[in-house]
Amino acid sequence: MTEALQSLFWIIVFPGFLFTVAFGLFASWIVRKVSALVQWRVGPPLFQPFYDVVKLMGKEILVPQEAQQAVFMAAPLVGMAGVLLLSTMLWRITIAQTAFVGDIIVAIYLMVLPSLALILGSSASASPHASVGTSREMKLVMSYELPLVLAFIVVIIKTGGQLNLAAIAQQVPALSISGMLAFLVALLCVQAKLGFVPFDIAEAETEVASGVLIEYSGALLAVWKLMQAMMLVALPLFLVMVFLGGFGASLWTGLGKYVLILVLVILIKNTNPRMRIDQAMKFFWFYCGLALAIAVTLAIIGNYCGINWL
Amino acid sequence: MSWKIWSLKKSPWVFHVNTGACNNCDIEIVDLLTPKFDVERFGIKLVGSPRHADALLVTGGVTAQAAPRLREVYRQTPKPCVVFAIGACACDKGIFTTGYHMVGPVDKIIKEIDPNAIIAYVPGCPPKPEAMISGIVKALAAL
Ligand code: SF4
Repeated sequence: MTEALQSLFWIIVFPGFLFTVAFGLFASWIVRKVSALVQWRVGPPLFQPFYDVVKLMGKEILVPQEAQQAVFMAAPLVGMAGVLLLSTMLWRITIAQTAFVGDIIVAIYLMVLPSLALILGSSASASPHASVGTSREMKLVMSYELPLVLAFIVVIIKTGGQLNLAAIAQQVPALSISGMLAFLVALLCVQAKLGFVPFDIAEAETEVASGVLIEYSGALLAVWKLMQAMMLVALPLFLVMVFLGGFGASLWTGLGKYVLILVLVILIKNTNPRMRIDQAMKFFWFYCGLALAIAVTLAIIGNYCGINWL
Repeated sequence: MSWKIWSLKKSPWVFHVNTGACNNCDIEIVDLLTPKFDVERFGIKLVGSPRHADALLVTGGVTAQAAPRLREVYRQTPKPCVVFAIGACACDKGIFTTGYHMVGPVDKIIKEIDPNAIIAYVPGCPPKPEAMISGIVKALAAL
């Protein structure tokens, strides 16, 4: 009984929902503020993401007449549940070292869930703009999923076949040629997962008017916004654990690594124009695929001959 | 003041509707997003879909073609929402008053479908960006 209560507390309050949402809203403020500073603007006040969500909660929910109602309403919750599980899991591993074998694979699956929910929700909304966005999102998922998994395979080879995130976080695979290559590619994949420029193809506001999210309003849109804020916590955290040696000894170095990844993502976001979907696919499959083929080969050679820096 | 209105004032997302403006007002609206004016300071954001919007920035005196679209966009905006009539045209048809194709102005069309709609007016041909910011601030304060 107490154990069940304890788990509930983990999921709802501390490393789970409330904490991640607060952290995520703060992170999305950082994204907006830094973007503003890069463009020589002042930017929004600290609580802006919070105001946005509260406001959306208070607005009317419009459901399109032709939409598949149940799927349309359930999709944001499914996506959020996925991210919630992912972030709870990652924080638990960082704080209490409660890892299990194969959790990196579970994490990879959970990371796909938000995109799948987005595809589900927008295709249920019966809007032509949303369907364009859906098809783009689907192609984008197909293009970045392969390089992302390959990048994790490089890490698994580098760490000697570890499938346990706590064990992987003991080492720093990014301090080698293959690890660095894999890290850079994984960073770009995370950029695409977060839906940031240059890979915001599915949400392109100027061409398909917010694409996948176009029909969502009120509280449902707030759930999507919360989900995106939580992803902003979970995905960079995952990269820190897999590539940069986790939180290690002190909390501050861990947070420093997290902020480093966040700032890299923001800078990529602010210095690139949006790609077309075919360019993105070519980029991920051809260039990233090639880089990762080299990285995997180097990692295997390094592992076989015992050369750590390869 | 209810929390709905309070939070609405903190983050009004705007959607831009052109109902037959000469495009000058539209250019001035886009000016608001530039680093010089930077309305993101007040949480104002330009969004791509009326369903995400809290305020409609309507420019132009509403042509016969645009009137049904304006009504449709207003219906698609989740309430509570505010309508801003930007420019002399939107306020009172401006230089197009005697135009045969003008069925506006904006408030008449909106009031047809929602007599209780909240409408704010920012006159000028085109209004300066400063005037628009001041109009939006005043309208939000009056909510
Ligand atoms: S108010 Fe003046 S600038 Fe604005 S749309 Fe009308 S004519 Fe053009």
